[in-house]
Amino acid sequence: MSLTPVKKSWNHQIKEVTIGTGESAVTVGGETTLPFLHDEGDMPNPPRIALDVFDAVPDTWTEDLIEATGDEINDPVEWAQKGVEEWGVELISLNLTQHALEEDPASPEDCAKLAEEIAEATGLPMIVWGAGEEEPDRDVYPVVSQALSGQRCLLGSASEESYKTLTATCIADGHNIIGESPIDINICKQVNILVTDMGMSEDRIVVFPTNGALGYGLEYAYSILERTRLAALGGDRMMAMPIIIRAGTESQRSKEVKAKEDEFPEWGSRADRGIVWEATTATSYLQAGADIVTMNHPEAIRLIRQYIDTFMNTE
Amino acid sequence: MSMTAMEIYALLPQTNCGECGTPTCLAFAMQLANKQATLDSCPDASDEARAALAAAAEPPITLVEIGSGDEQIEIGNETVMFRHEETFHHQCGLCVCIADDAEDAEERIEKAGELWFERIGDMIGAELVAIEDRSGDPDRFAELVSAVVQNDKQSPVLITSDPDLVRSTFEAVEGLAEARPLVHGADAENWSDMADIAAEYDVPLGVSADGLEALAELTPQIKDKGVDQMVLDPGGDDQLQTMEQLTQIRRQALDNNFRPLGYPTIAFARGDDPRKVAVDASTYVSKYAGVVVIEGEEPWQLLPLATLRQNLYTDPRVPPAVEAKLYEVGEPTEDSPVVLTTNFALTYFTVVNEIEASRVPAWVVVVDTEGQSVLTAYSSENLNAEVAAEAIKEVGLEEKVNHRDVIIPGYIAVMSGALEEESGWNVTVGPREATAIPTFMRRLVS
Repeated sequence: MSLTPVKKSWNHQIKEVTIGTGESAVTVGGETTLPFLHDEGDMPNPPRIALDVFDAVPDTWTEDLIEATGDEINDPVEWAQKGVEEWGVELISLNLTQHALEEDPASPEDCAKLAEEIAEATGLPMIVWGAGEEEPDRDVYPVVSQALSGQRCLLGSASEESYKTLTATCIADGHNIIGESPIDINICKQVNILVTDMGMSEDRIVVFPTNGALGYGLEYAYSILERTRLAALGGDRMMAMPIIIRAGTESQRSKEVKAKEDEFPEWGSRADRGIVWEATTATSYLQAGADIVTMNHPEAIRLIRQYIDTFMNTE
Repeated sequence: MSMTAMEIYALLPQTNCGECGTPTCLAFAMQLANKQATLDSCPDASDEARAALAAAAEPPITLVEIGSGDEQIEIGNETVMFRHEETFHHQCGLCVCIADDAEDAEERIEKAGELWFERIGDMIGAELVAIEDRSGDPDRFAELVSAVVQNDKQSPVLITSDPDLVRSTFEAVEGLAEARPLVHGADAENWSDMADIAAEYDVPLGVSADGLEALAELTPQIKDKGVDQMVLDPGGDDQLQTMEQLTQIRRQALDNNFRPLGYPTIAFARGDDPRKVAVDASTYVSKYAGVVVIEGEEPWQLLPLATLRQNLYTDPRVPPAVEAKLYEVGEPTEDSPVVLTTNFALTYFTVVNEIEASRVPAWVVVVDTEGQSVLTAYSSENLNAEVAAEAIKEVGLEEKVNHRDVIIPGYIAVMSGALEEESGWNVTVGPREATAIPTFMRRLVS
């Protein structure tokens, strides 16, 4: 019996966004097909893993994760270097939090210095996140952006309410920008329009639809990713940006990751549970269209790298 | 897949005789397409037209039942490729696979029996336990299948390509036929015997073949033997190929209404690395498998898979709601703060998650807003001062705490005054975004 395969073809392409410069630069996006359906179109760039690094040891992480990260967790520069040397990551996702402290906050200059040091020590393209608090972030972005000027970083995130400072800064210093929307496809598009209206090039935007971890509203972001990708491949240019997802930090907020074994003996080993929770959060979003996943646990990173190799046929 | 009016019209006699009560055949075709009429009203309908319409009325993916009684699951009958287009209807079965040459197989069966977890009010876990023939010893195989039946926690799956072994196991294991196991199964060599057994015992049959074309050749022959409860195993050299095949089978069924592949599927995650097994299996949960089999029975493998399934099979058309009542976060005392929010599940979980992160025990009053979020409920009057005051009163907080302070979401700050008046409680306005809750809570108690 001959079976004619049902193949979908799309006439449109996801934008390619390049983060970083020179040899270590990483390009994401560029798909003309749904995730990993290589027979129907191209996926010229594999999805990428970015290692989350924090400017202070996150106080909500499990001991398992802190231990797996190692002593380097106390020094963000060493932490990032370990990511390159031991875990083979290709992007650093620096999370700035100390400038938003009530007491004795870090100055914008401190933040910029740290970002510069990490960029120099690792030689890798940088993603830099603010604390998600409007005022302190607004003061920090321009200083950090200028310090990394010309390095074509990915800075974020810009929301519908506050995008102007960051957009202007990114344009001035030659960076890419993260457009954030609250699990809402219309706002996702709106932010892209607002940011491009200010003169940002379409191939310098990565969208962050905000995502929950597995078990915490994953299905919403999952469907938003699928809808975004279908709209983009169908020709909606303002949806055709690569997508970034946070697998690690979100997983660290889940009860299933945090709960100790004596609290829920029926859930089994916490160390394994934490790793698989983060990795499964990542696979789900990769299958829905994520181009960058930020991750924490070295073992989860190993699993996802292997997974991406299999699904890109590059083993 | 349903037919369009024009496709139906082509099959009608096109005489415009009016006997059906509609003046023209085209108008009748439109009624048929909208399921407002049946072909019985047409005096001249051909057999061909009847067959085509009957086929079109069948679901494109057959509903398959595995197990019996409380343990029965239904898979298949899916209608879309993407959950946002409608919903995924019948969640995939999760199956733990145990080889009969494992010395600790009995222990594993026991352990698999415990793979049930309560999550958001549902019991989720593995519904199926497969015994896989590797020992070549029929007594051992039957003994383990019997242990699964006796354990009575899950439905059995028999994995073997040997029809004699299946037959002898049915004869040896009491209550096996009644338990309606999935027999996996049939292939290009043994399909005829396997189909006879499946028909005789009225059990679902797994079918594997080398490639989708070979699979599509097998299923009609098995169907001719009276077996229509089939589960397709497309195999695949790696996880990517399996995902592609599962996708293609779903598309053939939905886009082409291609009957030979119009059945639910089964996919296997195997290997030496138990973490990788769980990660691989997650792909098949999201990409279209009807049964996901994993080699491993660790709770930390099953809990994420069952949770992912619960997430993805949630109906996106229904606003998910949690029960409106008083919830305790941590171990709140009579001095602990009282927080008010809505019963939209996402709102509830986000708020509770953040309060947990703050490590400040609290009472959470969840108001019935018909599953709407704070702002939506406020705009639609499902959340106003009266409703909130009533909720505070109903949950009996006045006996549980020694204060009269309630924290409301920042987005409804505007109703503070009215709520104070209506309830007699002092209102504190909380943050607008849940992410600010930990800082807010810690500041509140410090």
